[in-house]
Amino acid sequence: MPILEIAAKYTTYAVMAVILVFALGVVTLRNLFHCALCLAAALIGTAVLYVVLQAEYLAAIQILLYVGAVVTLVIFAIMLTEHLAGKTVRQNNSQSLPAIAGLLGFVSLLTALILKTPWPVTPTALQAKVLVMGLGKALMGDYVFPFEVISIVLIAALIGTVVIAKKDQPEEKA
Amino acid sequence: MVTSDQILLVPLLPFLAFVVNILAGRWLKDRAAWLSIATSSAACGIALPVCWAVFQGAHFAHQGTWLMLGSTPLRFGYLMDPLSATLLFMVTVVGTLIQIYAAGYMHGDPRYSRFFAYVSLFMFAMLTLVISDNYLLFFMSWEIMGLCSYLLIGFYFEKLSAANASLKAFLTTRVGDVGFLLGFLTLFAALGTLNFSEMNTLLAGAHKTHFVLNTGLLATAALFIFCGTIGKSAQFPLHVWLPDAMEGPTPVSALIHAATMVAAGVFLVARSFTLFMAVPNILPVVTAIGTITAFMAAFIALTQNDIKRVLAYSTISQLGYMVTALGLSGLGAGTFHLITHAFFKALLFLGAGSVIHGTHVQDIREMGGLFKKMPHTAVTFIIASLALAGIPPLSGFWSKDEILLAAFGSGHFLVYGVLLLTAFMTAFYMFRLIFLTFFGAARNPGVHAHESPALMTVPLWCLATGSVLIGIPGSPFMHHWFQTFIAQMAHYPEYDPSAFVMACSIAVAVLGIALAGIMYLRQKHWAAAVAKTFPSFYRLSFNKFYFDEFYFAYVVKPFQSLGRALFRFDETVIDGTVNNAGRATLFVSAVKQWIDTYIVDGAVNFMGTAVYFFNSIVKRIQTGILQNYLLIVFVSVLAFLFFELKF
Amino acid sequence: MIILPLPHILIFSLLLFAIGIYGALVRRNIIGILISIELMLNAANINLIAFSKYTSLAPETGQIFALFVIAIAATAAAVGLAIVLALYRVRKTVQADEVHLLKW
Repeated sequence: MPILEIAAKYTTYAVMAVILVFALGVVTLRNLFHCALCLAAALIGTAVLYVVLQAEYLAAIQILLYVGAVVTLVIFAIMLTEHLAGKTVRQNNSQSLPAIAGLLGFVSLLTALILKTPWPVTPTALQAKVLVMGLGKALMGDYVFPFEVISIVLIAALIGTVVIAKKDQPEEKA
Repeated sequence: MVTSDQILLVPLLPFLAFVVNILAGRWLKDRAAWLSIATSSAACGIALPVCWAVFQGAHFAHQGTWLMLGSTPLRFGYLMDPLSATLLFMVTVVGTLIQIYAAGYMHGDPRYSRFFAYVSLFMFAMLTLVISDNYLLFFMSWEIMGLCSYLLIGFYFEKLSAANASLKAFLTTRVGDVGFLLGFLTLFAALGTLNFSEMNTLLAGAHKTHFVLNTGLLATAALFIFCGTIGKSAQFPLHVWLPDAMEGPTPVSALIHAATMVAAGVFLVARSFTLFMAVPNILPVVTAIGTITAFMAAFIALTQNDIKRVLAYSTISQLGYMVTALGLSGLGAGTFHLITHAFFKALLFLGAGSVIHGTHVQDIREMGGLFKKMPHTAVTFIIASLALAGIPPLSGFWSKDEILLAAFGSGHFLVYGVLLLTAFMTAFYMFRLIFLTFFGAARNPGVHAHESPALMTVPLWCLATGSVLIGIPGSPFMHHWFQTFIAQMAHYPEYDPSAFVMACSIAVAVLGIALAGIMYLRQKHWAAAVAKTFPSFYRLSFNKFYFDEFYFAYVVKPFQSLGRALFRFDETVIDGTVNNAGRATLFVSAVKQWIDTYIVDGAVNFMGTAVYFFNSIVKRIQTGILQNYLLIVFVSVLAFLFFELKF
Repeated sequence: MIILPLPHILIFSLLLFAIGIYGALVRRNIIGILISIELMLNAANINLIAFSKYTSLAPETGQIFALFVIAIAATAAAVGLAIVLALYRVRKTVQADEVHLLKW
């Protein structure tokens, strides 16, 4: 195995570790704004991982949508709902212990399951290369129906968001 | 020319007036009287041509089936024969005149329209009775008249005496009415018909058609029917209601209790004359009752001081005359006296009403010297009294003479003597009344008399004319036309006019008038002296033979005791039963309530409590905190995974 | 071409998912919960890509589904944050355990 490949492999593991660290930051940091920044970092890391898994288009979408839109939205919400500095409010509730216990069981269970399962890894699939054109064709061909449904859902969500978030008009009179 | 069905309008017009007055009297006010008078006059206008036609010899009858009793039809219809034509003539004429008088007499009364409604109802009933052709319709009208009599006697029901008098009249006549009802039902059982004409045909043709008459049953029927007459015409022993009936307004006394309704009893006997003739031993009873009534009432009238009561007893006495006449088979005489009496007695009552209207007193001892102040009333009153006393050529003389002739001619000399004595007393008490009322000096300076208005005096003069002239058709001047006319009805013995009878009756009348004149105008101490000389007679007369006291002690008291006993029975036994049933129900209810409260409600409440208890345990899981739910979901999924994958 | 063993990637995404669950369970701030949910969706996306890369005969499928998930996630974030804003306007709080009207 060439040295470059090995280096790349361990770099990937490093990226994974970094993602996990940022993820822990997301759930543990006291300042919510920092949490949002950690989330952005974790999502960018994930985009890197997509590139490694040869899904470049998805990586671009990940960065555009998640980091560009969702995280921005979250930051807006945070800024609208609380002051950014000097927050001493307790951020965690009292169910940390049962949560950690349950998660340990969950993780160990699924890890054992993952390791035990004989995954049908096919070499041909590993060789296959997904092009953006193929994605587009699939989207307009086999998956046109879910695609349309998603567009309707997006419209509905857009309208719903506006309706929910707008201020209540004080007794509008015609 | 009249069509026969027009006769139906005669009773129906007053009925129309009754309906309108009773419903709309509040708005009609004074016009109520004019409505009643108008309908009554119209009835009169329709009736007179019909009567005239009958007087010429015509005969109307019409029948319609009312209902079927098995195979026997009950028919309603009218019958216009000499008898009903005579009565119809009298009732419509006298009734109309009295109503015109009443319009003046009742003026200002708060129940003015009510009065005329009742009078119109009475006219309806009386006219129906007159033209009815069967006992059932006759009886129905008879009862309506009884009701009107009750209502009108008690017209001033605020007065206790008036209320009591109406009750007394109603209950006393009821005794007779029940008899009458039983009577015609018995007759129906015996003959199978209630129709007058059919009854006459059956009875008259019995020997020809071999129709076997149940004489005993018929006699019972006749006796019971005569009970009706005794009640309605105030004959002994049921005469006690009529004097008390004078509590009603005076026009009512004139119309109902002098001219028409009380005469209906006599009319009933006249209608049933064939029946009374057909069975033996009934006519003597009728004669006896009539004679006793005539004498007794005249005797009582001698000492009464209330102007209307004197006239009431006089009425009873004269009705006794009529009944006696019928008892002596004198159908013509009785009917004739009925008609003449209606005119002059109505006139007397209206005159008395005029006196009461002018003086506001009824006791003749407080009157006196009214002749100057009320000339019209006084003159007409004296004409009527002369007619009643039997002075020729006034109407009363001719009719009374017929009755006396019947008694004399048939050989009942005892009856003749009593009637002659009664005639003497009649003349005496009437002129006692006149001398005390209209002559001498005014005894009560508080009485300020005045003549009544023309509305009242004109009817007086009309009736006075009638009283003078109505006797002519039955007098020798018209060759006893009336008697011949009535004689179409039935066969009965007729007697040649007797100069002796006439002379005797004139003599007793003149004697009575003269004696009254001496006792009450010249020798005023004589009256008291006579009373002192014969104290028992005086007391007997003054206290009306103690009839009221007798009835009170032997009829009213026992009934009251019976009533009280029944009341006590009611109170103790029946009320006790009811109360105990109530108590038992209460007890059962209490038991049921206990069961309801502690068992049924207890079960329901226990269910509720149990649910509430378990709920209070289970509800703890619902904290409302989102992440608690999330944790529960997570742990559950985890547990599910563990179990599903069989770790 | 870097070839990692598939289980390694799966375990990584499992850990990421577990961290997301932890956040959803313990964060008091509702925005924090929403962020944690985004983490979980992200972990699921990684799985989808990995399977599509390693096992599928039609590798576009997994990516397309990842695309849909991203769209749904954006939708959920938008609607959820709108609800948070509305809630904040009414109750002046964004703490999940302070909003507990709907309880016994």
